[in-house]
Amino acid sequence: MANSDTMAAPAALAAGPRGPKPKRRMTRGNIMVYGTLFIFALYYALPLYVMVVTSLKGMPEIRMGNIFAPPMEVTFEPWVKAWSQACTGINCDGLSRGFWNSVRILIPSLILSVAVASVNGYALSMWKFKGSEVFFGILMIGAFIPYQVMLYPIVILLREAGLYGSLTGLVLVHVAFGMPINTLLFRNYFASIPEELFKAARVDGAGFWAIFFKIMLPMSLPIFVVSLIIQVTGIWNDFLFGASFTGPDLYPMTVQLNNIVNSVQGVKEYNVNMAATLLTGLVPLTIYFVSGKLFVRGIAAGAVKG
Amino acid sequence: MALSEATDAGQAGPTKKPTRLFKNMASKIAALPMVFTALVIFVGGTVWTIVYSFTGSGLLPRLKWVGLDQYERLWNSRKWLVSIENLAIYGICSLILTLVIGFTLAALLDRKVRGEGALRTIFLYPFALSFIVTGLIWQWILNPDLGLQSVVRGMGWEAFTFDPLNNSSLVMFGLLIAGLWQGTGLIMCIMLAGLRGIDEDIWKAARVDGIGTVKTYIRVIIPMMRPVFVTSLVLIGSGIVKLYDLVVAQTSGGPGLSSQVPAMYVMTAMFGGQNLGQGFAASTMMLVSVVIILVPWAILEFGGKKRG
Amino acid sequence: MTNSIEIKNLDLSFGAVKVLQDLNLNIGTGEFLVLLGSSGCGKSTLLNCIAGLLEVTDGQIFIKGKNVTWAEPSERGIGMVFQSYALYPQMTVKGNLSFGLKNARVPKAEIEKRVARAAEILQIEALLDRKPGALSGGQRQRVAIGRALVRDVDVFLFDEPLSNLDAKLRVDLRVELKRLHNQLQNTMVYVTHDQVEAMTLADRIAVMKGGKIMQLGTPDEIYNQPRNLYVADFIGSPSMNFLEGNLEGGAFMVDDMTLPMTGYDFAAPQTADRPAIIGIRPEHVVTGELVRNAPLQFEADVDLVEPMGSDTLVYAKLGQHSFRIRMDGQARVHAGEALAIGIDPARASLFDKATEDRL
Repeated sequence: MANSDTMAAPAALAAGPRGPKPKRRMTRGNIMVYGTLFIFALYYALPLYVMVVTSLKGMPEIRMGNIFAPPMEVTFEPWVKAWSQACTGINCDGLSRGFWNSVRILIPSLILSVAVASVNGYALSMWKFKGSEVFFGILMIGAFIPYQVMLYPIVILLREAGLYGSLTGLVLVHVAFGMPINTLLFRNYFASIPEELFKAARVDGAGFWAIFFKIMLPMSLPIFVVSLIIQVTGIWNDFLFGASFTGPDLYPMTVQLNNIVNSVQGVKEYNVNMAATLLTGLVPLTIYFVSGKLFVRGIAAGAVKG
Repeated sequence: MALSEATDAGQAGPTKKPTRLFKNMASKIAALPMVFTALVIFVGGTVWTIVYSFTGSGLLPRLKWVGLDQYERLWNSRKWLVSIENLAIYGICSLILTLVIGFTLAALLDRKVRGEGALRTIFLYPFALSFIVTGLIWQWILNPDLGLQSVVRGMGWEAFTFDPLNNSSLVMFGLLIAGLWQGTGLIMCIMLAGLRGIDEDIWKAARVDGIGTVKTYIRVIIPMMRPVFVTSLVLIGSGIVKLYDLVVAQTSGGPGLSSQVPAMYVMTAMFGGQNLGQGFAASTMMLVSVVIILVPWAILEFGGKKRG
Repeated sequence: MTNSIEIKNLDLSFGAVKVLQDLNLNIGTGEFLVLLGSSGCGKSTLLNCIAGLLEVTDGQIFIKGKNVTWAEPSERGIGMVFQSYALYPQMTVKGNLSFGLKNARVPKAEIEKRVARAAEILQIEALLDRKPGALSGGQRQRVAIGRALVRDVDVFLFDEPLSNLDAKLRVDLRVELKRLHNQLQNTMVYVTHDQVEAMTLADRIAVMKGGKIMQLGTPDEIYNQPRNLYVADFIGSPSMNFLEGNLEGGAFMVDDMTLPMTGYDFAAPQTADRPAIIGIRPEHVVTGELVRNAPLQFEADVDLVEPMGSDTLVYAKLGQHSFRIRMDGQARVHAGEALAIGIDPARASLFDKATEDRL
């Protein structure tokens, strides 16, 4: 911008504010800007496109053709197969099993983790007690510890509680590991609510839970949505915990997907694989495209330092 | 500020009612899940693993002390050394490229381009996808017989070779392409937020002073965005150490050992190899590397503030 | 007059920082007391202690003779009005007014009655079904006052209630608040940094600094007999002129000038000679015809003139000292002119230079 302005300057010098109107800037600089953006957009967008077109082709077409070419003959056969017939080891009932497992993991994890995190954030911002900041600090540091460090002790804890290998156990693990980021999110949000509102409610005789449910909750719906978005994508996309704490019957979708695609047996059916991959990615992608700005806000909240 | 900091009964004055101890009780009870998670899972789990990394645990954890034996074995294991080397290559490239691409894209989008919203949506959507999905997509695109390589060859460029996933010296870069695809959008988003946070007047001042656009970015804007860069660095860094799912999905650690990473070593030792002690020692080393990343950052961020 | 609020030896510290120190204050029933001071002086902290929103470190608070030091805010028999109004955004005006009563399990009919009465007093009947977002600043503050009103309590606490309003509205509401106090006759404790609010509203003002009360007195006492240099400097706009010199044999000596303090009401009958500071309010300096009748007369050199419409502020030099003089708005003075001025020692204030206390 600055460059093109200085280039226009000499013409204006001679006769004061006269001369030709400055041209709309379609300069080399602008071509560079749009060109670079276009190339990067291709890099990010093409894989999704490839996934979609591959999943709609038949295997013969894939074997002879070009992965970027649109399907000559659209078929939904791979999708059906991925959903209901694809094999992992002995099971051949498709990804649907993993999908429903993931749903059964996701819903209780979501409710529990958002409930716990919102109460944590509320207690940490408005009802501090001795040591509350210390626990919060540990939580924040905990978010950076590689999960592998805590994996085996959790196996022991779950085994002791009789929950190892069950969905309940996995749900609890998701709640625990979703706690740092979501607690931070809620704490920062509640801390931004004017302190006087809290004081007024106390003068009005409202206690811990009354203030939470009657004053704070109705004010914080957007942040609940942000937290839900973080948790849906996080839990749905989890692989490590699902693979470590459940067995083949209860594997979440990501684990099952990996087992289907990377299985060494049989002929590779790339169209079915891509349909399965797309199916697995569909839930977070939908959340992403529907939520738009709130997703970005969730990310930004995650990036804010504690 | 603490609105209702409850004081311990111990330091209470004589006029204090005995019920002081139960003041703020609801808050303390409500925080129990957090206290449990922080103390038992995060602190307890970490300490447990560190302690057991000094034992000869095999199939089951046993408190049979072996000193630093596990660490000695770890650092003598070729697989571990390869893992470290792989992660170093991936890490350095990922760090630099993520920052450069993330900032470049953010700066370009910040130039008031048309279609900013659409472009941002395109740049960021991979971040919503899991590493498993990411790995599988790129495994397919990089498929030598049917993917990118064959397309270019089909266009008449017969000698074209691009098969990183089956080439042990290139496989980490194959992973890098997928990792960058998934993660740069996040950094772009953070950088863009940082750029938007900069006062418009800075740009006006730079223009009045006749400083060119690129120079303004390098001399003025980037130094102002130091906290944003630091945050990005920490995010990228801690993500790199955790690198696991992507490798599992895209290469399964192959060909041979050439895309092994530390997290994978840990998982194999703990759940596959019945070699718990090795797993604990290796995961403790992962923790050490995170500490090395985090401590300077924490000192920079929080140490300075307290003094100032 | 019985005491409505008694504060005894109150201490409050946040860690090592002492915010309030050994503070004692008695507030009479029906009194309008203003806590005045600049930010960070502890005035809001003190109010929050009275409300029970901050836990005191030491000392005791009594409201209506009852020790409430450790009572919950809602149990203290107080109503509170905040600077930011602090209305619950998702509730209607009626919901805001009745929230506290519902928490206290007041019967529904009684709630209706009290809300209706408060709405009538504050003239917000038409707004009862609206949400706070749909109200103007002034209306919001009325609702906030209403929230204290429905509680039917004897003590009202105000935390800078007018500072978020624009200047004109602030004056209107100030007048209304005074009227409300006359009507209700309950105890009001009012925190502000605005001395005009303090002077106009208060029965008594407590000027605070560094967690201590510097002076407690009627607006008249605070203005005319500031007990120390800080209060003298803080009250009055433009602020008092100060000249440093010596008190010698009942006269104030500064440079080559001598100001006999005839008519000045010394705090102690025999005041020994010492280094001292004299304070003279710009509005107590007379000019023109009046100079002839003034006990002390000087000639000042006009340096700068600020006409402000209602009056004129003149920056002058008296000897080597700069000196502010407030003249009426029609005064025609120009920079560089000499100006005859008159001072009455009876209206001045003398302070010990070392202790900064009034002599």
